[in-house]
Amino acid sequence: MRDANRLETTMAEKKKCMAVVTDPKKLTEGIYSMWLQFPEDYNVAAMAVPGQFISMYCGDGSRLLPRPISICGINADERKLRVVYRIAGKGTEEFSKLTAGDKIPVMGPLGNGFTRKSGKAVLIGGGIGIPPMLALAQSLKEEGAEVSVVLGYRDNDLFLKEEFEPYADVYVSTEDGSVGTKGNVIDAIRGEKLQADTIYACGPLPMLRGVKAYAAETGTAAQISMEERMACGIGACLGCVCQSTDVDGHSYVHNKRVCKDGPVFDAEKIEI
Amino acid sequence: MNLSVDFAGVTMKNPVTTASGTFGSGVEYGEYVDLNRLGAVTTKGVANVPWPGNPTPRVCETYGGMLNAIGLQNPGIDVFIKRDIPYLKQYDTHIIVNVCGHTTEEYLEVVERLADQDIDLLEINISCPNVKEGGIAFGQNPKLVEQITAEIKKKAKQPVIMKLSPNVTDITETAKAAEAGGADALSLINTLTGMKIDINRRQFALANRTGGMSGPAVKPVAVRMVYQTAQAVKIPVLGMGGIRNAEDALEFIMAGASMVAVGTSNFNNPAATIEVIDGIERFMKENHVKDIHELIGCVHA
Repeated sequence: MRDANRLETTMAEKKKCMAVVTDPKKLTEGIYSMWLQFPEDYNVAAMAVPGQFISMYCGDGSRLLPRPISICGINADERKLRVVYRIAGKGTEEFSKLTAGDKIPVMGPLGNGFTRKSGKAVLIGGGIGIPPMLALAQSLKEEGAEVSVVLGYRDNDLFLKEEFEPYADVYVSTEDGSVGTKGNVIDAIRGEKLQADTIYACGPLPMLRGVKAYAAETGTAAQISMEERMACGIGACLGCVCQSTDVDGHSYVHNKRVCKDGPVFDAEKIEI
Repeated sequence: MNLSVDFAGVTMKNPVTTASGTFGSGVEYGEYVDLNRLGAVTTKGVANVPWPGNPTPRVCETYGGMLNAIGLQNPGIDVFIKRDIPYLKQYDTHIIVNVCGHTTEEYLEVVERLADQDIDLLEINISCPNVKEGGIAFGQNPKLVEQITAEIKKKAKQPVIMKLSPNVTDITETAKAAEAGGADALSLINTLTGMKIDINRRQFALANRTGGMSGPAVKPVAVRMVYQTAQAVKIPVLGMGGIRNAEDALEFIMAGASMVAVGTSNFNNPAATIEVIDGIERFMKENHVKDIHELIGCVHA
């Protein structure tokens, strides 16, 4: 009989829930911040770690797919997560119009976060890859790691930079050279002669390629957070795969699921 | 009140299953959905060997729907038998295994490997628009549909559902061809071939250029095809295409579907299947319907 063999541990326990928007604000052109407060009986914030993401759902029924948004801040006691996101289309534009007290469907936390190590940490964030590094900087600092952060911006519009300062030594690179090192985040690391036991990075693909190459060159362990177009967000649809050096545990090919096996991976295990 | 249906000889506790490819083998959604509630779980297409699928981006959103070109990434039948069937056997639900292949031989190899497995039905995917060989290449030609159905029926130990493509001029031709080949049931619709262009990058939104369109936007097309198919054949029909809620599911049932599948809407709402089941029950109660069979194909009357 099937019933007799049923495992209780595999019963449904996770769910999509309604979060309440608090403190929504525009940080700079096209970049927005808000905190999401979760229900008392389903405190997503208490389950979350830096590097994970949440699926946020649109109110407009013409937009079906969840938007995966990285976690920028965690306050488990107040049952709140912070998200900082860029308007990339109609869905995120809809989020930017939410006001305090509005409700939004959310599912999470999803994926695997960063594995936090002791010692010298260098965090690298580029563009909209900067927000998840803030939650990570805070956690690492609280755990006693020595934290440096390198933030890559296009120009002198340095969103979130000041918020890193309580937790880390902050270095900046700008593409136009208006602030900090002119060039990219790797130029800044070399220029400042930053030493790391572990590198943590999130940002655009060319930046992650640079981080992977730099980590290999210097023999440094690096964890990178990947991004890909997603549908389900939980590992079922196989939409968001990336190429892995090892055979993956799902399909036994070389496709890791960014949403489920990631989004954080060891840089040396991913082909980018 | 009776929600149970006999589908190709298998008694389902209710007429609701999952659409292949949207639900994996249930492992991931099992954390969000009590699989015991489902009439059946329909698994993602499985081939004779692992398939890596297509390059990314594989998915994009469209108005009221989405396009996908996953390309049938799957772990192959060995892993499926060892890992996925035992997982699903923990639950009090039926298992419909979706089978894919490039050639008739590959389909047959999977069907034969499944012969001694404790699964309930086979769903043969002859309608995937995202692989170059097999898939839709079989599903658009009535002659080939009949041939491959007959070949599979010779080897299959479980009842066979042929999954039909909507990318045809007349769905009743392929439906009748599958019936003539000996199919025990039909399922439809698979996705509609579509395309999206990212105007900012001046590129195709999907690496595969084309993808299969699904989601609420396709529902009227799907309901029409299910109705036409149910009129044209005597074997039962599993209807799907854009079902979000019980109202949508009931349209398919009244159009003639004995079972329905929830697909893309799982991505929007992991509890969609359960809400469909609960909603059908509520509708029956409110409308004093004692048996779901009073509703199946009732639009004809």
